[in-house]
Amino acid sequence: MFAHRRNRRASLLWSEARDGYLFILPWILGFIIFTAGPMLASLYISFTRWEIVTPSVWVGGAQYVKLFNDDRFWLSLYNTSYYVFVGVPLHLFFALLAALAVNMNLRGIHFFRTAYYVPSLTPVVANSILWVWIFHPEWGLANAFLEWIGLEGLYWLQDPRLAKPALIVMSFWSIGGQMVILLAGLKGIPMELYEAAAIDGANWWSRFWRVTLPLLTPALFFNLIIAIIGAFQVFTQAYIMTEGGPNYSTLFYLLYLFRAAFENFRMGYASAMAWVLFIIVLTFTALQFMLSDRWVFYEGDVRR
Amino acid sequence: MQTMDSRTAKELILAGFWYVILSIFALTLALPLVWLLSTSLKTGGQTFLMPPKWIPEPVVWTNYSDAFKAVAFHEYFWNTIRIVIFATTGALLTASLAAFAFARLRFPFREPLFLLVLSTIMLPSIVTLIPTFIVFRTLGWIDTFLPLIVPLWFGGGAFNIFLFRQFFMTIPLELDEAARIDGASNFRIYWGVILPLSKPVLATIAVFAFIHNWNDFFEPLIYLQSPENWTMAIGLRGFQGLYHTEWNLMMAASTAMIAPLLVLFFFAQRYFVSGIQMSGLAGR
Repeated sequence: MFAHRRNRRASLLWSEARDGYLFILPWILGFIIFTAGPMLASLYISFTRWEIVTPSVWVGGAQYVKLFNDDRFWLSLYNTSYYVFVGVPLHLFFALLAALAVNMNLRGIHFFRTAYYVPSLTPVVANSILWVWIFHPEWGLANAFLEWIGLEGLYWLQDPRLAKPALIVMSFWSIGGQMVILLAGLKGIPMELYEAAAIDGANWWSRFWRVTLPLLTPALFFNLIIAIIGAFQVFTQAYIMTEGGPNYSTLFYLLYLFRAAFENFRMGYASAMAWVLFIIVLTFTALQFMLSDRWVFYEGDVRR
Repeated sequence: MQTMDSRTAKELILAGFWYVILSIFALTLALPLVWLLSTSLKTGGQTFLMPPKWIPEPVVWTNYSDAFKAVAFHEYFWNTIRIVIFATTGALLTASLAAFAFARLRFPFREPLFLLVLSTIMLPSIVTLIPTFIVFRTLGWIDTFLPLIVPLWFGGGAFNIFLFRQFFMTIPLELDEAARIDGASNFRIYWGVILPLSKPVLATIAVFAFIHNWNDFFEPLIYLQSPENWTMAIGLRGFQGLYHTEWNLMMAASTAMIAPLLVLFFFAQRYFVSGIQMSGLAGR
């Protein structure tokens, strides 16, 4: 009788395992067909010369050698790094300020939360077209504002020195997405910690440094990683607003890759570029995870 | 008593100070949208005024009908809706099914497989783009909606699996066990017990999938070529190519693309909030 029950239990476990695999089967297939397979394939293609219509030719590391000798490749990497390492920290900083602001206990604060969030919903295409108009040197809103406060208008998107900063300024308009994630993080901080800090006589500033900021680091870390990965793949703004100009100052990595692949059909070269970007992003993500031990504070750490 | 009063007075002044700061910030963020709307209702001549006029005079509503006459936005709209419906259905079904397994069934290598799911969230999609494009090209799927729909029937996106799993973990396991004692199969538990309890997360993911498809530019740009297959995003870009000096018409077209999203946001606000709170959990 016990043996019978054990068999029944074993068959239940087995059917659970079978169903488990059955239910994740679409994902497993998708992972093989749309992720792992293409990754390996693009690695292979990066060692060939292939223009789609002609048969592919194995060239070894030649595409990578060509890539590292290509000034425009380095320029696109520089432009993208500028966008990532200047834009992302500033963006996160403003998002944090906004999150702290709308976390205040004021009547009607809900209205401000909505108002700050809404711009981040706008589609990047519509956004880009709107901001070309805002940055218009003669009739745009940006220069109207500068002239209103008594400054000279700027050639925002026509000046190679200003085009990247202009795109970063534009990105501040959509801090709302990060703001709400940080806000959720702020809401998750237990009130008792603030009360305990208040009893200890901590003022606003030391409460912020000793309670808020440490407990917010997981949300900041998550935002930082996702934002950096996203910013490395910046494309649409440059494609629509500047077409990579002026003088290649907004030729971002993905735009250059897109042109190599879909305008010049140099699939081997573009695949090599894709893999280089993948390695760069992977390195940064790994590096952040390693450094995160030093500054990201998880609540569970206290109990250990 | 006196100290109480002076304290409330101080608090009132402080609150007033914060309202001013918050309002200045809100106004700054609102200006581009106001400018968009204002330009979209101006005559061509009025767009070229410095300093700009904020209130259009006269108000030219026909800019919208002119923009819609110039390019087949209604076709782009229906194309986008079709892609959204088929892609979202696939994502909801296959992501929730996988998440159900990860949250509520025991099977070997469950944890490492789920880590694999999570790690693909951080994968830059560009590294898979070219071979995927070639596969779709070989299948003859270029210039069809299939490349934008079919991948979502295979797992529905790692982040959606993550969100579903987060939600499913909050439902008591006793419900499954009770159903199992009644002889329900695992699929029956998923379909008949868990999914009916998961309407909030289903709505949240549907809303986010809608926004994603509505806004997505890169993939439709690569896969959709003939104008009759364009989505709103590509159509707007095409419009820009044709009317790049007629700012009032371009702003009308942009407004037409932004407005449905704002409407959706105001009707589905609570799903946005819950989705964001759940994705905020990713930081924990």
